[in-house]
Amino acid sequence: MLIDFLFELRARKLPVSTHEWMALMEALALGLHESSLDGFYHLCRTICVKDIAHYDAYDEAFLAYFKDVHVAALKLTQELAEWLADPRRLEGLTEEQRRALQELDVERLRELFEQRLREQRERHDGGRRWIGTGGTSPFGTNGQNPTGMRAGGGGGRSAMAVADERRFREYRRDVVLDVRQIDVALRGLRRLGREGAQEELDLDETVDQTCRNAGEIEVVFRPPRRNRVKVLLLMDVGGSMDPHAELVSRLFTAASRAGRFAKFRSYYFHNCVYNSIYEDAQFRKGVPVADLLAGSDRDEKLVVVGDALMHPAELLDPGGSMYLYSQQRASGIEWLRRLAAHFRCAAWLNPEPDRFWPGTTIEVIASVFPMWPLTLDGLSASVRYLVRGGERPRVGDPAKWVKAALG
Amino acid sequence: MSDAAFDQFQGTSSYIASEELRHAVNVAVALARPLLVRGEPGTGKTLLAENLARALDLPLIRWHVKSTTKARDGLYVYDTVARLHDSRFGGDHDVRDIAQYIKLGPLGEALAAPSRVVLLIDEIDKADIEFPNDLLLELDAMRFRIDETGREVAARERPIVIITSNNEKELPDAFLRRCVFHYIQFPSRELMAEIVRVHHPDLSDRVLDNALEVFFGLRSTPRLRKKPSTSELIDWICALKKAGVDLARVSGGIPFLGTLLKTEQDLEAVGKRAKA
Repeated sequence: MLIDFLFELRARKLPVSTHEWMALMEALALGLHESSLDGFYHLCRTICVKDIAHYDAYDEAFLAYFKDVHVAALKLTQELAEWLADPRRLEGLTEEQRRALQELDVERLRELFEQRLREQRERHDGGRRWIGTGGTSPFGTNGQNPTGMRAGGGGGRSAMAVADERRFREYRRDVVLDVRQIDVALRGLRRLGREGAQEELDLDETVDQTCRNAGEIEVVFRPPRRNRVKVLLLMDVGGSMDPHAELVSRLFTAASRAGRFAKFRSYYFHNCVYNSIYEDAQFRKGVPVADLLAGSDRDEKLVVVGDALMHPAELLDPGGSMYLYSQQRASGIEWLRRLAAHFRCAAWLNPEPDRFWPGTTIEVIASVFPMWPLTLDGLSASVRYLVRGGERPRVGDPAKWVKAALG
Repeated sequence: MSDAAFDQFQGTSSYIASEELRHAVNVAVALARPLLVRGEPGTGKTLLAENLARALDLPLIRWHVKSTTKARDGLYVYDTVARLHDSRFGGDHDVRDIAQYIKLGPLGEALAAPSRVVLLIDEIDKADIEFPNDLLLELDAMRFRIDETGREVAARERPIVIITSNNEKELPDAFLRRCVFHYIQFPSRELMAEIVRVHHPDLSDRVLDNALEVFFGLRSTPRLRKKPSTSELIDWICALKKAGVDLARVSGGIPFLGTLLKTEQDLEAVGKRAKA
């Protein structure tokens, strides 16, 4: 029966190997799970799950797989029977509640509970029917139904309750995170080369030279290895980007840390790139994109951060900039194409969750720039792409959409 | 296997371990696999190894990993420069005997030890990305060979290996497969009260309550760059005690805030909220 649980875990992209599964079997044979579901929950997680980012998926798998396990239901039935048998706990109830208590007998309640446990697919708070917290359903924690049945919670937390809490959700890898984590992800963005003053002892060369010198010690120095990656960061600010301002500033903080890259420059734009970009977020010091391109090495890595959301006309019409005074002729998408074409490696990070991408201008821009969501996963993938190249992510079918939008 | 043999680690008088952590440690000991511990800084990852050694009454060998540490350094170092020096200027050592210039590293020592030891590999993620991979064979087989002398070092009893990591780098899968993993959750209020009690047994309930109130209030401040951790709470209470400050009577700001918050932005943010 447990082998199915292994596949349940693997189906949720948990990298559990045979190696770990054998270790788990060994542990079960030693009785380390203390013959309980709770013990098994912790044991299996300890052995098979090696990353806090996977804990949430593990909880999901555990819930899905063990929802039908009769043992758990039996244990709960016992708890319930004891609860009903213990008159002290009924003292706090009003007459009315006590009468209501007669409405459901134990057997019936247990049947209902098991039935709902099977039907229920997700966590539930409030409401009158499902098992969860709050609410007036007869099942769950912290509820108000006098004849209700508490599932988990309180003293002696059961594994099902712990799994159901989904405490590890915030550690998932596919959500957006803090400066430190961005920092770590950006560490991958490097290409080391020797440059600068000779201040590191070159041991191999020293030994070689010393031997050639018949044992007279000859010390050889060399320059230390430094990161040679140059980064050009373009950030969309204002308007629809306001909700993401905090996140973008974290990315900027991490990226601009001194000594990280051989060269780091950042510019701002609003909505879409037109003929100018700006040195400051108040759009006072403009720099023509043509000048920027002329002064940029093709090897620089271009990273654009923006939600890529705008009115189709702002992107596709020549002169579609929302700034009336700008006299440019090329459309926004044309400017973006010029940028993308100039640099060997470019990436677009989008703080908008990727489930909202289809059917918007994001699709069109993603056909010009390889685009990733601004999550830890997306950031790592884009860093990999910038350093090693590889396949671009595919986003929808922009051609179809553009046709529909422009008629 | 009886329960007594399995439940070897129960925490110590100065180290309160959550039930989950105790279980993870005991699983690692029973399966003879390294235990990889992660968690917020200041949740007592390193202290775990010290206290495990104390609880089981075994010697502890520490290996603090730095960004320049090489896996081989953990096994042994062949001090070629000393040998060269001796050969040129004559020392007390016999230059022909290479074994005299071989110094065992922490992992080497743990494997060569006559009895069982606890080995702490601290902050493994500080080193190069390939570092954990270079240790795979040694951690699996618990033996290695000193190439220069041909000596085989094999552990008589597998050491208990505790590895800590701060999540700075992704660890390689092959390495993770061989470990047992535990993430130290930040302690709940009840557990935290217990932990503080252990360090400051003479604290009155009221003072402890006040301190925890302030501490957890501070932790729930939104957008803190570095949330204060257990070790900082303990230091802070120590500072309060030394200065004889009574929290209940203090008005207008938290005393010794610098022991709890370590960045300027955080101090500013908390200051602003206090005024608002």
